[in-house]
Amino acid sequence: MPAISLTHYVVLSALLFSIGLFGVLTKRNAVAVLICIELMLNAVNINLVAFSKYVTPTDFIGQIFSIFVITVAAAEVGVGLAIIIAIYRNRLSVNLDDFDWLKW
Amino acid sequence: MLVEFAMQHAWLVPLLPALAFVIIVFLTRPFRKLSAIVAVGSMAVACFFATLAAYGIFTNHEYIEKPLVYATRWFSLGLPGMPDLRVDVGVQLDPVSAMMLFMVSFIATFIFLYSIGYMEGDPGYSVFFSYLSLFGASMLLLVISSNLLQMFVAWELVGLCSYLLIGFFTHKISAREAAKKAFVTCRIADFGLLLGLLALQIVFGTLNLTELAEKIEHFEEYTTFGMLTLIAVLVFIGPIGKSGQFPLHVWLPDAMEGPTPVSALIHAATMVVAGVYLVGRTMFLFHEVPSAMQLVAVTGGFTALFAATIAITQREIKRILAYSTVSQLGYMMLALGVGSLTASMFHLWTHAFFKALMFLGAGSVLHALHHKADVWEMGGLYKKMPITTWTFVIGGLAIAGIPPFAGFWSKDEILVAALNGGHYVLFAMAAFTAFLTAFYMWRMIFLAFFGEENPANHPHESPWTMTLPLVVLSVGAIGAGWLGTPWYNIWGEWIKFGHPHHGPVNYGAMLLSIVLAAAGIYLAYMLYLKDAKKKRARKMAEWFGPVYRMLYNKYYIDELYLWFNHALVDGTARLFYLFDIYVVDGIVNGIGAFARLSGDGLRVFQSGRIQNYVLIFFLGVLAVAVLMAFTGPSAASLVLGGVK
Repeated sequence: MPAISLTHYVVLSALLFSIGLFGVLTKRNAVAVLICIELMLNAVNINLVAFSKYVTPTDFIGQIFSIFVITVAAAEVGVGLAIIIAIYRNRLSVNLDDFDWLKW
Repeated sequence: MLVEFAMQHAWLVPLLPALAFVIIVFLTRPFRKLSAIVAVGSMAVACFFATLAAYGIFTNHEYIEKPLVYATRWFSLGLPGMPDLRVDVGVQLDPVSAMMLFMVSFIATFIFLYSIGYMEGDPGYSVFFSYLSLFGASMLLLVISSNLLQMFVAWELVGLCSYLLIGFFTHKISAREAAKKAFVTCRIADFGLLLGLLALQIVFGTLNLTELAEKIEHFEEYTTFGMLTLIAVLVFIGPIGKSGQFPLHVWLPDAMEGPTPVSALIHAATMVVAGVYLVGRTMFLFHEVPSAMQLVAVTGGFTALFAATIAITQREIKRILAYSTVSQLGYMMLALGVGSLTASMFHLWTHAFFKALMFLGAGSVLHALHHKADVWEMGGLYKKMPITTWTFVIGGLAIAGIPPFAGFWSKDEILVAALNGGHYVLFAMAAFTAFLTAFYMWRMIFLAFFGEENPANHPHESPWTMTLPLVVLSVGAIGAGWLGTPWYNIWGEWIKFGHPHHGPVNYGAMLLSIVLAAAGIYLAYMLYLKDAKKKRARKMAEWFGPVYRMLYNKYYIDELYLWFNHALVDGTARLFYLFDIYVVDGIVNGIGAFARLSGDGLRVFQSGRIQNYVLIFFLGVLAVAVLMAFTGPSAASLVLGGVK
């Protein structure tokens, strides 16, 4: 069994990102879309940490960045959920197909 | 003493009627009689001064060679790269201008007097006299100008007055149209004149007549012969319009829509001869350019014959007189063109008397017949209107050229001048025109004044204010020519260009012109008086059907101009219209349509669904990634807007 290399991390990250993207594009439920966005963000985090470990092992630049991403993601989820709740109160729905009022 | 005062203050002559204009407009307009008195009085005083000034000029020999000029600087401008523009304004008295000054003010006085009776009862009585005064002032200013720019200003002013007075009966559509036609036609010509004056100013640096005369004498120092020819032709375009020469004569017959005193004063005796006068004044220019002289002569000769042929068939009394005026103006131009200032000014002088007389006579007839103008509907007027008839007959004899009446002497002088200059074709044309003139004038006289009375008419003789000018002018029509008989030619001693020529008295030409005039009158007598039913005249009109119709319709010149206007002006306008709606509007509408259509096309992408946007965004990122993978980062950064 070979050692775990950078390639494994990148493939994992790509898979995770693709799953997240697929969810974002296909899910009807707004909360599920938010969860999928979290998946994509975490794919990015894996990338950052992996490249940091293999390319610049002495510096912690990638790790620091991933902490920022986690922070921003937390804030984003907070705002996103608040918006969804506000919409739900107005429309009694979290189905994204109903939310097309932003067109002309 | 008084004569010297008048000579030194000749500017008073145009100023007095100008003052009358101001007084009538601002003070006496509500008082009809007073306005008329102001106008007539100021013109009479102006005439008095003009007579004194003319007397002074004609009794003092030094002024023939050296004109008396009083001038002052009007304005001056320094322009880079050009000689300074210095324009003087002043009066110039020499025999030519003194003669014109006297003639204009004298005839104007009597026509003003005549207008008192003729315009009786018109609502615009005072306004009419104010216009007349303004015209008198402008014309007198034109005559005594010492500077061509000043003359041009007066030239435009008389054009304006002509416009106002032709269209005086504003309730008549035909009068308004005629006024516009006159103004526009003259403006076309004035543009040529203005270009000529500008060229003179640029080349010679002055527009003062005396200075120009000196400089043009040796023009080689300033310019080429070709340029001088161009200037002469441009200057001549102005007189073509103002003096009703072919092809810009069309406005003059229509100008008869104005009141008859206006036709007599402006469109017969004074304003229309301004063109002849201008060419006479700038004779020093034309004298240097033989081809321009030739142009003047041919234009004049052709116009004389052309207008005379039209006059034969016309029916309205004033229209016949109008074409006769065009024809006589052609004579004057012809005389100038063959180099005889003397003959031209002499004919101008005699013509002013007999043509003003005939117009006033026609006005008297129209006044009596309540503006029935067709000569075929008149007849036998001599019983009820003796003074009008006999003064008109005197005018008819004068214009036909029967000695000893005025027209004979001046016409004879023109014929002799053409002959002496070796212009045999022009001489033949002029001689034939003399025959036609006698014929159409006496056709009109026989039809209108003699023969059987028309029972539908109830004519009456006009009041004394109208008959007095007729009598005075008829004296002029008889005697004005005695100044220039071939045996004792005082006129030629005074009014001349260069050296007067004393040829032997040409009895042959004299006899020929008498025979032609008598033949014309006799033919008219046979056709229109002796033959009471006018059968022969009608038969002749039928016989020459197409020719008759062509002449009656004035060679279709008006129609030609209308067609030309239609084809050229309207055609160009249509072309530009199409350009406007398809090209200019097309560009503007195209920009709008592009924005709208691209919006239409792109708005399907704005579904309002977030997931669609995400998909598109992702596909875009994917495309950039693919591009980067295949072409390297630099091409991709180019696509992304130069970001490195």
